[in-house]
Amino acid sequence: MKPAAFTYHRAHDVADAVALLTDLAAAGEDPKVIAGGQSLMPMMNFRLARPTALVDLGPLRRVPSMTAIDVSDGVLTLGALVTHHAVETAALPREWAVLSRAMRWVGHLPIRSRGTVAGSLVHGDATAEWCLLALLLDAVVVAEGPSGRREIPADELFHGFYATAVDPDEVVVEVRFTRPAPHAALCEFARRHGDFAIVDAAVALDLSDSDSTIVTGGRVVLGGVAPAPVRVPEAEDALHGEAGDTLWTAVAEAAAAAIDPPEDEGTTAAYRRRLTRTLVADACREAAR
Amino acid sequence: MNDPHLLSLTVNGTEEEVVVEPRRTLADVLRHDLRLTGTHVGCEHGVCGACTVLVDDAPVRACLVFAVQAEGADVRTVESLDAGGQLSDLQQAFSDHHGLQCGFCTPGFLMLAEGVLAESPDADREEIREALSANLCRCTGYQTIVDAVHATACTRRSQEVPS
Repeated sequence: MKPAAFTYHRAHDVADAVALLTDLAAAGEDPKVIAGGQSLMPMMNFRLARPTALVDLGPLRRVPSMTAIDVSDGVLTLGALVTHHAVETAALPREWAVLSRAMRWVGHLPIRSRGTVAGSLVHGDATAEWCLLALLLDAVVVAEGPSGRREIPADELFHGFYATAVDPDEVVVEVRFTRPAPHAALCEFARRHGDFAIVDAAVALDLSDSDSTIVTGGRVVLGGVAPAPVRVPEAEDALHGEAGDTLWTAVAEAAAAAIDPPEDEGTTAAYRRRLTRTLVADACREAAR
Repeated sequence: MNDPHLLSLTVNGTEEEVVVEPRRTLADVLRHDLRLTGTHVGCEHGVCGACTVLVDDAPVRACLVFAVQAEGADVRTVESLDAGGQLSDLQQAFSDHHGLQCGFCTPGFLMLAEGVLAESPDADREEIREALSANLCRCTGYQTIVDAVHATACTRRSQEVPS
């Protein structure tokens, strides 16, 4: 289908984008930001979304910080217009390499070429890889609005069902990842490669030292089992002991027991629980490598 | 709410200026305004890949880009492949390997493959399979498309002049 009509506004810098959003809303319009458009455009083509005005951040690719990938002092900063494919092909240090490895799960190459990290986070799909990675690596979303900039930690970002804490008059300028994870992995299952995951699991392991096989804690994050991506404290509590299949099975069982996944036409709750068990164990195994 | 915009972009090496409504996708403008009907439109929501073109050398879904977003961009469509009625090496490989039957998906596969081979000239068969999984074909069963792209990659590699 074709999208409903809208007016189009090119932003020249972040302040301009915020001003456009504020002015359009004040004039009774229903404006929305577009960057890569790889989530918004399908929704507009289906007319599930009908914004009356679009504010395009595309011209901001000229602003170096908006497409920068920067590692310093244990923090990875991605400019808001960094694409999935840019992360996929970036030579990231070991602490952040899980991000590059996870990109193969994000749609397909043509989607990854245009879609942006910040766009995916603001869209807030419960199975989106970036949403899981944000919780896994303690992301902080920096958003600019009419009253200035504020920082939104990942655990306050996702309200479920595509709702996020970023306000309609705010523009994300960068995303900071603050929890280095040299031993981490993301695994998922979809019926066809590149589809939205039915369930996805991300795991980060803390080891007593870098050559150690003793797990001293970590993170377990799941998508597709609740309206928003979730950390599973019960599974994280089980992340203590000698690395190996016995431990991974215990963590996976704890995760599967802790969740209350939804049913839908194609997928039962029991099936999502079973996927959780398999994917958490797989992610632990891959993270330990 | 017409809100026409003057759009300047390069398509297959030619500078074009078009007046477009914002709601028109890049696929719409290529087909309807520029009459380049080689780019096909299947699902219009980014699943089938039939409308794949190169924008600044990257393969993208032309149904998931508003034309106004392509201001100043360098766009290449399937019409850019043939040289004076002569099939390109990739097109010839699709013919040789039976990489098409009805041909509806072919322009999208050709442009996807051009983008992939330009970025990853050393791609092996598995990497090609993975990249081609972006697009749908309901005729061939994909094996012959992978064959055609893999054969093109191998031929191009063997013809490369060592530097």
